[in-house]
Amino acid sequence: MCLGVPGQIVSLVNPEEALAMVDVGGVRRPVNVSFLLEDRPAQECVGDWVLVHAGFALTRIDAEEAARTLELLEELGEMRGEPDA
Amino acid sequence: MKYVDEFRDPARARILVEEIHRLVARIPAARGRPLQIMEVCGGHTHTIFRYGIQQMLPEEVEYVHGPGCPVCVLPMGRVDDCVALAERPEVIFSTFGDAVRVPGSRKSLLKAKAEGADVRIVYAPLDALALARRHPDREVIFFGLGFETTMPSTAMALIQARKAGIGNFSLFCNHITIIPTIKAMLDSPDLQLDGFLGPGHVSTVIGTRPYDFIARDYRRPITVAGFEPLDVLQSTYMVLKQLADRRCEVENQYARVVRRDGNGPALAAIAEVFELREFFEWRGLGSIDQSGVRLRAAYAAYDAERKFAVANISIADPKSCQCGEVLKGIIKPHQCKVFGTACTPETPLGSLMVSSEGACAAHYSYARRTGSPTVPA
Ligand code: SF4
Repeated sequence: MCLGVPGQIVSLVNPEEALAMVDVGGVRRPVNVSFLLEDRPAQECVGDWVLVHAGFALTRIDAEEAARTLELLEELGEMRGEPDA
Repeated sequence: MKYVDEFRDPARARILVEEIHRLVARIPAARGRPLQIMEVCGGHTHTIFRYGIQQMLPEEVEYVHGPGCPVCVLPMGRVDDCVALAERPEVIFSTFGDAVRVPGSRKSLLKAKAEGADVRIVYAPLDALALARRHPDREVIFFGLGFETTMPSTAMALIQARKAGIGNFSLFCNHITIIPTIKAMLDSPDLQLDGFLGPGHVSTVIGTRPYDFIARDYRRPITVAGFEPLDVLQSTYMVLKQLADRRCEVENQYARVVRRDGNGPALAAIAEVFELREFFEWRGLGSIDQSGVRLRAAYAAYDAERKFAVANISIADPKSCQCGEVLKGIIKPHQCKVFGTACTPETPLGSLMVSSEGACAAHYSYARRTGSPTVPA
C-alpha cells in the first residue's frame, strides 16, 4: 500500500497542473509533481529521479545520499577481519 | 544508478549478514528471549519474506510483523459499510486493488462487483476524480485508506475537486496515522519490542522528527529503512548496533528519500484536508486513540460519511481467525488454526491473507521457498 517506485522525469505534460511524464522501469506514466515544487519550478524537474506513489511524485531521490549508503556498506566489508572493539 | 539493483547486490548482502552474526554475538543475551525488532510497515514484511531475510539472521533476532499494512487492519464492519455504499445504484465505488478483496461479514467488494455493484479499481485517487468528471450523473466515492504515504494524494484529489466545484465526488475515509499506532505498540502489555525498523515511505512525508519520542521517552532504537533487501539488512544491522552500544537513537538508513523534516507541500495538503478522529477501530487491535483522520468541516460536502448514511457498526472477526494475535506478534502466521487450510490467498478468511504485504499472505507465498542464506537478484 505504501510502496513507492523509483522513476525519472522525462518531460512536462502540463506545467499548470504540475503533470509530468515519468519513466518507471521502462514504462511511461503521467505523474503529478506538485509535492516537489517547494524549492524549484516544474520546468526544472525534468531529469530528476523521484519516488512515485499513487499518481504522485512523493519526493526526489538524492543520488549523493544513495552513494553514501552504499559506501557505508563497503566500509563494513573492509572492516571485516579486524578484532571487535 | 537506478536505485533498485544496487540495493539487491548479493555480495554486499552476504557481508551484512556476516556482520550481523558477529554483532549479535556481542549483545548480552537479552532476558533469555530473542531480540524482537518490529518492522512497522507491510512493505518491509513483504521484503523480509520474499528474500528470506529472517532465515539469514541469527536465531537471537526475530522480526515482529507490525500493523503497517492498511488493508490488514481494515475492520470487517468498515468493509460492510463499503459494500453497502457500493451497492447503491447511483454510486461508482472506487478504490485500490488490494482493498476489494478484504472479506466483510457478508461479502467483499469484489463479490459485490460480481453481483452487479459498480466497483472500479483505480491506481490513484486522481483517477477516481477523473471518473467523477466523466460520469456527472453518478456519485463517485473513493475509498481512501493508508498511512501518511497515501494521505497527500487523497488530499490533493479533494483539494482539486473543491477548487473545480465537482459535486459528485466524495471520500469514504479510512486513512490512519502512524505515530499513535507505534505508540499503541509500545504501550501494549503483550509486546516487549527491542527496536524498530521505521516505515520508509511514510517518513518521506512526515520526516524522522516525529519518531524522537521513541528513543527519548521509550528508550528504544529506531532506524528508518528502505525496502530493498540490502536496505532491510543494513537497517537491521543499525538497530542491532545501537543495542550493542546501548544507544537509543532515531537513525535514517533511507536518506536517499527521507529527510528530517519530511515533505512540506505534502504535509500542507494533509493539514488542509484532514483532522484527527478521537479514536478509530482497527481489525485485530481494537480501538486506538487518535489513530484515524477524517475530513475537516470545510470539506464536509466531500465526506461520504456525511453525504450517505453509513452504518458504522463494529463486527467481531470470525472465531477461527487469529489475525489480532499475529498482528501483535504473539503467534506466527503458520500457527493460526486456519492458516493454509480454510484461509489462503485465494479464499482469505482474515485480512492478513489478502495483501502481499500481509504477514500471512507473505508467509504463504514465500516461506516454503526460502531458507537458504542467499539473496536472489
Ligand atoms: S491465517 Fe487467516 S485467519 Fe489466520 S491470522 Fe492469518 S489471515 Fe487471519
